[in-house]
Amino acid sequence: MSESEMAVHGHGALLEESPYAIPSRKLTMWLFIISDAVTFGAFLFAYGYIRVSAANWVRPFETGSVVNVILMTVVLITSSLTMLGAADASKDGDKAKAMRFLYSTMALGAVFAALHLREWFELFGRHITLSSGLFGQTFFTITGLHLLHVISGVIAMAVIGAKYSSGRLTPGHVESMGLYWHFVDLVWMFVVPLVYLTNFAH
Amino acid sequence: MSAAGASGNVIRKYLPVYFILLAIFVVEVFLSFQHFATGMLVVILLLLAVCSATLGLMYFMHLADERRGLFLTLIPVTIFVLLMMNMFWSDSVRLLHMRPGAQ
Repeated sequence: MSESEMAVHGHGALLEESPYAIPSRKLTMWLFIISDAVTFGAFLFAYGYIRVSAANWVRPFETGSVVNVILMTVVLITSSLTMLGAADASKDGDKAKAMRFLYSTMALGAVFAALHLREWFELFGRHITLSSGLFGQTFFTITGLHLLHVISGVIAMAVIGAKYSSGRLTPGHVESMGLYWHFVDLVWMFVVPLVYLTNFAH
Repeated sequence: MSAAGASGNVIRKYLPVYFILLAIFVVEVFLSFQHFATGMLVVILLLLAVCSATLGLMYFMHLADERRGLFLTLIPVTIFVLLMMNMFWSDSVRLLHMRPGAQ
């Protein structure tokens, strides 16, 4: 574009419309999610590889662990539902309701983390740790990475919630936070069958 | 419609997806206690997990409501990368039988 054309149309004419019709913040979150999905994919494939190639795989989970995993899964899926409510209420401009939903999501995230840590400490009690062999290394790496995402998500939600309620952030930020939280939920849907449920295969 | 009412509608709108996700999980737990070989069980559980993930992506993450271009840019490439990781499985079976270089 020539300088004369720019003078007529302004710099805005140089900017093309986004092909995805979403804010750059949201696109950035999607790109982060895709890269994180591939990271988790690599970890889960590594877990599967090591498990198939190990002749004597430790199977530490019993009925109590399954009940714990069922609870954790129900809590995490429910937190996705409350996050949807938070994003939608913020979009509608209902800050009080959005904050109530955000607090609920944070509480459910904290319950999930507590249940996860309870399971970890139960395994520690049976001398299954990060350094106790292939199972410990792979199990604590994968579930640890997921737990890190959950704890980071709860902290990020607290910060975003506080800034949103004080008017420094927009509903778009709450929506992007929601995308991240749903992704954490999706990853868990692959961790449970591969890491926990195959424990009971014959 | 009030703002509060609209938010309540969103929860109601996505409740069926929520219950389907829970139902898939219950089926996964049930199947894991059946007498399947490990390989078969992994395949079945992964297929069910893919179904759950698709529902989550499309409805909870609203990918179904976005422009198709976003879906086409993000998802096929991710699936391609994840599928490429599968090439290592045969090597893991070789290691199990401790037959380096075996056909």
